[in-house]
Amino acid sequence: MAKTVKAIVISGYGTNCEREVAHACRLAGAAADIVHITELLAGRINLNDYHFLNLAGGFLDGDDLGSAKAGANRLLHARVVGEDDSLAEQLKEFIAAGKLVMGVCNGFQLLVKMGLLPAIDGNFRQTCTLTNNDRGRFENRWSWLKIDPESPCIYTRGLNGLYLPVRHGEGKFVADSPKTLQQLEDLHLTVMKYADCDLHPSMEFPDNPNGSEASIAGICDPTGRLFGLMPHPEAYTHRTHHPRWTRETLPEEGMGLILYRNAVNFIQKEL
Amino acid sequence: MAWRIVVGLKDGVKDARGERVQRELKEHLHIDLHSIRTLDVYTLDAALSDEEVERAAAGPFSDPVIQEYAINQPLASSFDMLIEVGFRPGVTDNPGRTAKEAIEYLTGRPFAAGEAVYTSTQYLFAGLTNKAMAEKVAGDFLANGLIQHWIILSADELDPQVGVPVSVPKVVSDAAPTVRTLSLQLSNEELLDISRQGMLALNLEEMDKIKRHIADPQVVAERQKVGLGTELTDVELETLAQTWSEHCKHKIFSAKINYEDEHGNRQVIDSLFKTFIVGATDKVRENLGHNDYCLSVFKDNAGVIEFNADWSLVFKVETHNSPSALDPYGGALTGIVGVNRDGVATGMGARLIFNTDVFCFASPFLKRELPPRLLHPRRIFDGVVEGVEHGGNKSGIPTINGSLVFDDRFAGKPLVYCGTAALMPRMLHGKPCHEKKVQVGDHIVMTGGRIGKDGIHGATFSSEELHEGSPVTAVQIGDPITQRKMFDFLLIARDRGLYNSITDNGAGGLSSSVGEMAEDTGGLELHLDRAPLKYPGLQPWEILISEAQERMTLAVPDDKLNAFLSLAKEMDVDATDLGLFTDSGYFQCFYEGKTVSYLSMEFVHEGVPQMVIPAKWQPKELAEPDFAQPENLGDELKQLLSRLNICSKESVVRRYDHEVQAGTVIKPLVGVVNDGPSDAAVYRPLLDSFEGVVVSHGICPSYSDIDTYHMMACAIDEGLRNYVSVGGDIDHAAGLDNFCWCDPVESIKTPDGQYKAAQLVRANQALYDYCVAYGVPLISGKDSMKNDYQIGGTKISIPPTVLFSVIGKIADARKAVSMDVKQAGDLVYLLGITADELGGSEYYAQHDELGSQVPQVDAGQALLRYRTLNQAQQQGLIASCHDLSDGGLGVALAESAFAGGFGMQIELSYIEVEDYIREDKLLFSESQSRLLVTVRSSQKETFEALFAGQSCRCIGQVTTQPELSINGLHGQKLLQVSLKDLKQAWQAPLREM
Repeated sequence: MAKTVKAIVISGYGTNCEREVAHACRLAGAAADIVHITELLAGRINLNDYHFLNLAGGFLDGDDLGSAKAGANRLLHARVVGEDDSLAEQLKEFIAAGKLVMGVCNGFQLLVKMGLLPAIDGNFRQTCTLTNNDRGRFENRWSWLKIDPESPCIYTRGLNGLYLPVRHGEGKFVADSPKTLQQLEDLHLTVMKYADCDLHPSMEFPDNPNGSEASIAGICDPTGRLFGLMPHPEAYTHRTHHPRWTRETLPEEGMGLILYRNAVNFIQKEL
Repeated sequence: MAWRIVVGLKDGVKDARGERVQRELKEHLHIDLHSIRTLDVYTLDAALSDEEVERAAAGPFSDPVIQEYAINQPLASSFDMLIEVGFRPGVTDNPGRTAKEAIEYLTGRPFAAGEAVYTSTQYLFAGLTNKAMAEKVAGDFLANGLIQHWIILSADELDPQVGVPVSVPKVVSDAAPTVRTLSLQLSNEELLDISRQGMLALNLEEMDKIKRHIADPQVVAERQKVGLGTELTDVELETLAQTWSEHCKHKIFSAKINYEDEHGNRQVIDSLFKTFIVGATDKVRENLGHNDYCLSVFKDNAGVIEFNADWSLVFKVETHNSPSALDPYGGALTGIVGVNRDGVATGMGARLIFNTDVFCFASPFLKRELPPRLLHPRRIFDGVVEGVEHGGNKSGIPTINGSLVFDDRFAGKPLVYCGTAALMPRMLHGKPCHEKKVQVGDHIVMTGGRIGKDGIHGATFSSEELHEGSPVTAVQIGDPITQRKMFDFLLIARDRGLYNSITDNGAGGLSSSVGEMAEDTGGLELHLDRAPLKYPGLQPWEILISEAQERMTLAVPDDKLNAFLSLAKEMDVDATDLGLFTDSGYFQCFYEGKTVSYLSMEFVHEGVPQMVIPAKWQPKELAEPDFAQPENLGDELKQLLSRLNICSKESVVRRYDHEVQAGTVIKPLVGVVNDGPSDAAVYRPLLDSFEGVVVSHGICPSYSDIDTYHMMACAIDEGLRNYVSVGGDIDHAAGLDNFCWCDPVESIKTPDGQYKAAQLVRANQALYDYCVAYGVPLISGKDSMKNDYQIGGTKISIPPTVLFSVIGKIADARKAVSMDVKQAGDLVYLLGITADELGGSEYYAQHDELGSQVPQVDAGQALLRYRTLNQAQQQGLIASCHDLSDGGLGVALAESAFAGGFGMQIELSYIEVEDYIREDKLLFSESQSRLLVTVRSSQKETFEALFAGQSCRCIGQVTTQPELSINGLHGQKLLQVSLKDLKQAWQAPLREM
């Protein structure tokens, strides 16, 4: 029997998508716990007892200082009761053990603003950001996504394209320099790009809903184990999630679930 | 000392916020500027070291990739005019609170009392040099003077060393808490003066009742035992004013109404609410017998019905009109997060699953000059939409159903309806979760936010028309994150069984929430000085009635108190023990140990005198218009599609997250390119089940100008029609009524009160008649009765408006149906008879006519049709289904066709009518209970057999030609328009909003 994959989904302080992320993990075969950050800070639950960390979508602290900024600050500085270190140290330990982290939407913003993504040189220093959509507004719409088949990303293995909803006001990907952007491209860390319906990466609204540089919708770190994306894979796990399910013939299972299945398979085989 | 941290974007980074302001300024005020850049400003008023401030600026306050910052010096350069907008003292500053918490994490040290971070926004204008113009930009667009202040500096006025001078908008009050007492042994005029000046909204009869009560020797004797005397304290007077307000007591719906109809028949109605609303539900439940699915109606913060054997469904819709008129953003935000508390605080507590919203505005393109204190409808539109967006999205609750309704009378008061649904287990700890009861000796625990001066007199304010002296303190700004933290905490506390009862603090604040809960035990002892305050200087009465947001009141048993308080502390949520629920019979408040209020519970809750309202119905003399049939009906159709009440609302819908929680099965936008208008939403609240919730609504204020009876009937039918159209089970539906009326009480200010009151009676009669006929129980509702504007000689009254919301079930969400046509060759059916019913229609309005023949509903026929449609949906016979409403058949055909991306060929002569109707009227009549359905040609026989004996006509076919083609009554080509043109007409008006 395959080993039990343990997934954790952190909730609290404005995280909103924890239930559907946990559900997607379960559908993919993992055992998933939704854990309020209070439990981690109280030291009753330790991240390192899990294989797969999910940072779900939402509005941490209302995104009041910019998306996920205050949330990143909390994770970096809040102390765990009875421990010497902060939650950030636990997280770094988790990453160093080669475990998996996926951040969706606000979770992606969190990873980037903590400097955990893309971490090209292995230093956890912020080199990219996610900022206001070019149109200056929150938008909910479905997007076509082109996947880089040469990416080390373990979540997108075997995929060429995806169709998922985006729901954000601050999803525009910006790198700190053209050099960083080039490195991301060269290393195939730009896993996922907004595209037209023929899967050609696009800079045109609404195919590219936020004006992201190089049409970037999601990136991974060089190990392919840390992955962040603005679109919501947990929101397409069944055909009735698809906006046109009443008029198209679709497989029972939604495309977003593949990312979770890949994660679970990877953990079972390689962790 | 205080620091100013200014954060701006680095050179070359796009300022999307600035560009949006630039774009909107051009549209709103027609001011076209070169460029606008924006900066974020944090004013830190706390004991911090320079190094700590530097770390905050470099860390959580700025993004190193795209931003730069300056501390105590300007960042602004190359601009002509600077406007900085910040909050007035005491106004909720959410980013300021988050910034404060961020610094606390950074330093590991909590802020001391009185220390805070204040945020403001700096706008730098190039091309704006005129100070008066800048003042207009600030006051009419960037800021709302009620809650914000601003500073304007031209480039040469900005000190290059220090920048904008530091100013700390701290609440400074040296007022010592005192309790005033008042003698009420005064003349009538003096009593009314007290009510008016105190913003109490108590009428003479009510003031007199209080005067007599306080003079009762027995009452005086009891009061003397607790140290009070013959005078009333301000705490007591305010408690009575809140509890007896129209907003809290629904005095008009409880009044005795002397009604006379057009034939002179007289009827005394003892409470509209009991007679027609409770009466309808009682009758429906009686008829349902064993199949009754109602669990809790009218008695709680929301209504509760069965969902399945394990789960119950909670639903509530509120209005937040008056606050939204003054501050559209804050008012609407508070509206949605406020109704969310109702959902959570129903029974023992529930988890929110979705929101709905319906807004009624004047045209955002209104050109007319507006009277004083009214904001332009465009500002109202933008502010309300954004407020509800932030409230819903940040709380993680999908907004899945809504409408925008336009009528220029809504300039007097916009209507902002916010709804919320929640899910609770049927049973909790062995008891029904929808029930709760406070026990004697339970602690009064307040949790969530702290108390400030915000929202003082909200309940009494919204019980009056909008006038010159409407109070600024009525405005509040919601804080979705503080509330979200509280909800996370409460659900855990619920599941651990840590409390006996819960309710939210809404209108009237603690005075209402604690007062209502104490009805279970018959008394309370509340220590006002224990309440946590946002800042010092509040008077005891202010603490009692403040409507500061994000607060719940709970009854916590003594043996659970510690567990409750420590869980709250751990989860970073304020919770305070304020006293006890007792059986003393008294509403007793203390301040620093002294009794400051001692009113009998009976007087507080039952003392308000019943109003007596005269009502006389006299139908207006109206006639049908006599214009000839226009030559080009294609143009007529396109114009209709471009009308504000019909056109696409996509730009608003996309700003609301309608998919979070991953339950939305029929989304607000459907069709081949995801932009067709859904009739209703289908939602799967349990991710491992396919049982669905269906939610929809009906609203048709334009029919009120003819007869509110039929307006109400049509709103009910529209709500149910939308509901069944997606597959909602007509035999498991519940209704919720939200009345928004103009003042119906005859007075000098309202000389036509008798007519308006009669309109109210007629709407209620229809509510009873049709809910009973359809077998749909009402489970909750609300009324808002003073939607008038009156300043000087100008009075604007809204059209009587009822939102009828419907919630119910679909057994299998995979059987749901969307409104877009699916494939060429499918047959197009019209269900229901078309009559010459264009009174109050959009088509007549397009020709500046009202007409007289308002649509009437035949509930018997309709119910049979809806049940049969349900069967057809269950059998998978329906490819698409769209309801006919504003703009009638013509609009429904166009919408279904362009949403699906296929054309249609239609024969008007096939439509079922009782008498001859002109072609334009056939196309645009708004006869009720009609549905447009498409069916696979292979399923023709099965479908027609199911509808045998009912009005069901095949009127055409879906085609591959991308056009709507309609033949007239003689088979002649009547109309032929491309889908592209139809869709363009439909999408253009609000696309850029």
